[in-house]
Amino acid sequence: MLAAYDGHALVDWSWVADHGDEIVARLREHAVLLGWSMLLALLFAIPLALASLGRRRVYGIVLATTGILYTIPSLAAFSLLLPYTGQSRLTAIIPLAAYSLLILVRNIVTGLERVPTDVQDAATGLGYSRRRKLWQIDVPLALPTIVAGVRIAVVTTIGLISVSALIGQGGLGALMTSGFEKDFYTPLVVGVVLTVAFAIAADALLLGAQKLCTPWARRSVAR
Amino acid sequence: MGAAIGGAVSALATSYFGSVLDWLGDGANWHGTEGVPHRFLEHIQISLVSLVIAVVISVPIGLFFGHLRKGGFVVVNIANLGRAIPSFSILLLAVLLWGIGNPPRVLTSIGIVSFPAFVALVALAIPPVLTNTYIGVSGVDDDVRDAARGMGMNDRQVLQSVELPLATPLIMAGIRTSGVAVVATATLLAYVGGGGLGRFIIDGAAIDYQDPRIFVGALFVALLSVITELSLAAAQRLVVPRALQRAEIDVARTPVPAPAVPL
Repeated sequence: MLAAYDGHALVDWSWVADHGDEIVARLREHAVLLGWSMLLALLFAIPLALASLGRRRVYGIVLATTGILYTIPSLAAFSLLLPYTGQSRLTAIIPLAAYSLLILVRNIVTGLERVPTDVQDAATGLGYSRRRKLWQIDVPLALPTIVAGVRIAVVTTIGLISVSALIGQGGLGALMTSGFEKDFYTPLVVGVVLTVAFAIAADALLLGAQKLCTPWARRSVAR
Repeated sequence: MGAAIGGAVSALATSYFGSVLDWLGDGANWHGTEGVPHRFLEHIQISLVSLVIAVVISVPIGLFFGHLRKGGFVVVNIANLGRAIPSFSILLLAVLLWGIGNPPRVLTSIGIVSFPAFVALVALAIPPVLTNTYIGVSGVDDDVRDAARGMGMNDRQVLQSVELPLATPLIMAGIRTSGVAVVATATLLAYVGGGGLGRFIIDGAAIDYQDPRIFVGALFVALLSVITELSLAAAQRLVVPRALQRAEIDVARTPVPAPAVPL
């Protein structure tokens, strides 16, 4: 089957043309894994960050715990889940979400804590309740830092999804491993290029969305 | 129905953990070049050699440009680029394009069978150390540098006795990040034919996803990563001057050196 294609050309465009459906399906799978894992990560990161606000000790424990999760290599984390979740998407999604926790919690907390005290005092003086101040003053002002965290998490996750190809998931990573195993450059190169392009596009999209949501922040805030 | 599925899952998990325990209990798996201790040793050697080479390359460069306070844009962008390109694909590409590349005996004896993969591993460890060294040195307060000069120190003395000590918290933080990343990526080296603990996972997954070696390998890799993190944290406390120990808290909260990609 491969004989028809040039295995050692960097990209054999005829293979790309013949496998358009497969490439699109892998890309979609990559996006689905990204979507679910980011959703799960935010679902846990937001309450953890809110619980850590103004509580140094809780924050320390949360950072230490998510830090240890962050240390576990992805291949090991996927493999440790195999006996429980088998070959379902969850095997990839749970560790991917766990990796994003540290970055998300840290950026949410840092962002909210960096809201200038005088702004907070002014809000309180105007009679804002704590909850209203959080959602209407603190969160919008912290948005650039929070989105910066989401961007790092998204870019990181897009790269990590590929590794889960080794345990039967992987999205675009499955293209990479199949190319590698057949000593056939094209799928590998297509997989790598699309992964990087996906990461850059997602990053740019998030940055654009943040710029739209925070028109007052002319200069983008560093992470 | 939910209960039935739960029962089936737990039965499966039980039999799986039975096979894991059987594997761990089999003395044959603890001896020879394919035994657990040897794979552990390989993993540690591969990681240590890569990390040391990366540090030897990046610390002097970071010190040099940090002292001159030039090239910051390039250094920071190298780090960001490193984050966008997934290490797994770098590893696969390197091996596929440049092959195994006949590594010298010194390297094969520690379990590195592919030279390009080894180079990729070193390359992955460079950005965190380089960026942190640069930021650490170039971020030293101007007043402090001026005071050192006013006391008659020359460039070398300023770098050696003022900037380097003040930069150690960040440099050590960078080495810690790289160390953990290298241990993680060394796992993936097994997929391209290398040794180390990743061998168990890759060999097991090649049979089927119920192979006990997958879980065993994963457990050991996770263990080694956590040990690496903790021992590098301890090294950090030893190396960083005591007066700066508290500064580490601020360092942890400085936003610039974002965590490296978990691998």
